[in-house]
Amino acid sequence: MLGGLAVAVFTSSGWPEVKSQFFSVKAFTDSFPGILSAFWIDVKVFLIVEVVVLILGLFVAVVRTSTNPALFPFRVLGAVYCDVFRGIPVVLLIYLFGFGIPALALQGVPTDPLILGSIALALAYGSYVAEVFRAGILSIHRTQVESGLAIGLNRLQTLRHVVLPQAVRRVRPPLLNDFIALQKDVALLAVVGVIEAYRQAQIDAAATFNYTPLVAAALLYLAVTIPMARLLDYISRPDDPSRGMAK
Amino acid sequence: MTEGGPGTADGAGVIDVLSVTKAFGELEVLKGIDLTVGEHEAVALIGASGSGKSTLLRCVDLLEEVDGGDILLDGEVITDPSVDPVAVRKKLGFVFQAFNLFPHLDVLENITLGAVQSGQMKRKEAEERGRELLARFGLGDREREKPDRLSGGQQQRVALIRAFAPNPRALLLDEVTSALDPELVGEVLELVRELKAEGMTMLIATHEMGFAREVADRVAFLEGGRLLEVGPAATVIDSPSEPETRRFLGRLHQGGLA
Ligand SMILES: Nc1ncnc2c1ncn2[C@@H]1O[C@H](COP(=O)(O)OP(=O)(O)OP(=O)(O)O)[C@@H](O)[C@H]1O
Ligand SMILES: [Mg+2]
Repeated sequence: MLGGLAVAVFTSSGWPEVKSQFFSVKAFTDSFPGILSAFWIDVKVFLIVEVVVLILGLFVAVVRTSTNPALFPFRVLGAVYCDVFRGIPVVLLIYLFGFGIPALALQGVPTDPLILGSIALALAYGSYVAEVFRAGILSIHRTQVESGLAIGLNRLQTLRHVVLPQAVRRVRPPLLNDFIALQKDVALLAVVGVIEAYRQAQIDAAATFNYTPLVAAALLYLAVTIPMARLLDYISRPDDPSRGMAK
Repeated sequence: MTEGGPGTADGAGVIDVLSVTKAFGELEVLKGIDLTVGEHEAVALIGASGSGKSTLLRCVDLLEEVDGGDILLDGEVITDPSVDPVAVRKKLGFVFQAFNLFPHLDVLENITLGAVQSGQMKRKEAEERGRELLARFGLGDREREKPDRLSGGQQQRVALIRAFAPNPRALLLDEVTSALDPELVGEVLELVRELKAEGMTMLIATHEMGFAREVADRVAFLEGGRLLEVGPAATVIDSPSEPETRRFLGRLHQGGLA
């Protein structure tokens, strides 16, 4: 089946053209080192933004699922944050942050599009991840909280030792899914002029009238996202006793 | 019936329930409950499903807020808003019908978590005590197991150990055998029996009349939010004085539950 498809592609009349346009060995070796070093920007942004997203998302989720009446204003703020940042396309947020904030010319506010774009990414993904964590927390049965209180824990300890460990375990698959998406969306920083792998490949392609650099960039993204996808499969495998469905 | 109503409470027990009322919305579940559990005493709470047994136990553990009346622990009011509920719950052990063990922790961690985190015991001390109790109750080889690997009877025994390991002033047991297969009931009751023999103060909601009669010093019959009859276990179960109690026990016998 796959072989048949390959034969169809490789024997098609357009293949030689496509091959030289997308899979040129020379264009690949010429552009790869530059794209690889630009890819480090993707990796760095991804790693830093991921940590921020985890902390932000968990914090917002905890606030939004709190029951203390004193925290009501913060619950409202959390809900507004999630609604707003989930509702705007990431690319638009990056534009608004990367170009809008420097235009305000505020004292002491960074103007580097790399930083501003990363903040936009963190805020957008923070809102997705907050919802993932929130769903996880809400999926833990009330009797678990009561059990924690009954053994003499306070509310915070119950959250820390009883609710969150189970909630986080339960949402690992959707969490990792969001991280795969984030990993790819770092490329959106290109719209505010950050020269990461995708933008570098675009520049190379435009300069040489050959699309091979874009294929090189695609391979680099895959080199990171495929292992993450396999990890995702691994942690959501059906016989995982810690999966949380058991009880 | 004794003077002053069946559920006498004089403020001298470990647990004193004084005129406690509790409603969920329109539904009045507890309509003025008076009950004392004295030191080393086991009181069985019996009554039909929905009569308010769990609600009363939950009120004592401050898992529900009472609407009226007071509950005292060692003579001190615990139902006042100024009282720290965490401090109260540290002095009480609660066992739920559905065990409610922590599925992400192993058996020993389940037992030590509360005592360690609430600062009642050092980790080492809590682990030693936990191991000792597990061994004593036939679970010595299961300490590193996750709860879902255990049978219901074993889980409930772990839940009981978790509740009494920190030496609480009293244990509150909410139908600890109702979720178990019949053949597993015995091993759990045996543990409660041993606790009673050690002098643990207990308030026990149960449907097991034979067990109540054997282990409890007194039995309190709850119906429609009121304690209709409180007295020595043998008396209340074998020759109840209230017609409602007779009816309730009669229904149980017919259903083959007792
Ligand atoms: N959180 C709640 N909200 C509303 N109603 C409740 C709540 N908890 C209990 N009730 C109601 O209060 C009544 C007493 O319930 P409770 O669980 O105390 O009875 P019980 O004697 O323990 O019954 P069972 O033998 O079935 O455990 C029931 O009608 C129940 O539906
Ligand atoms: Mg009940």
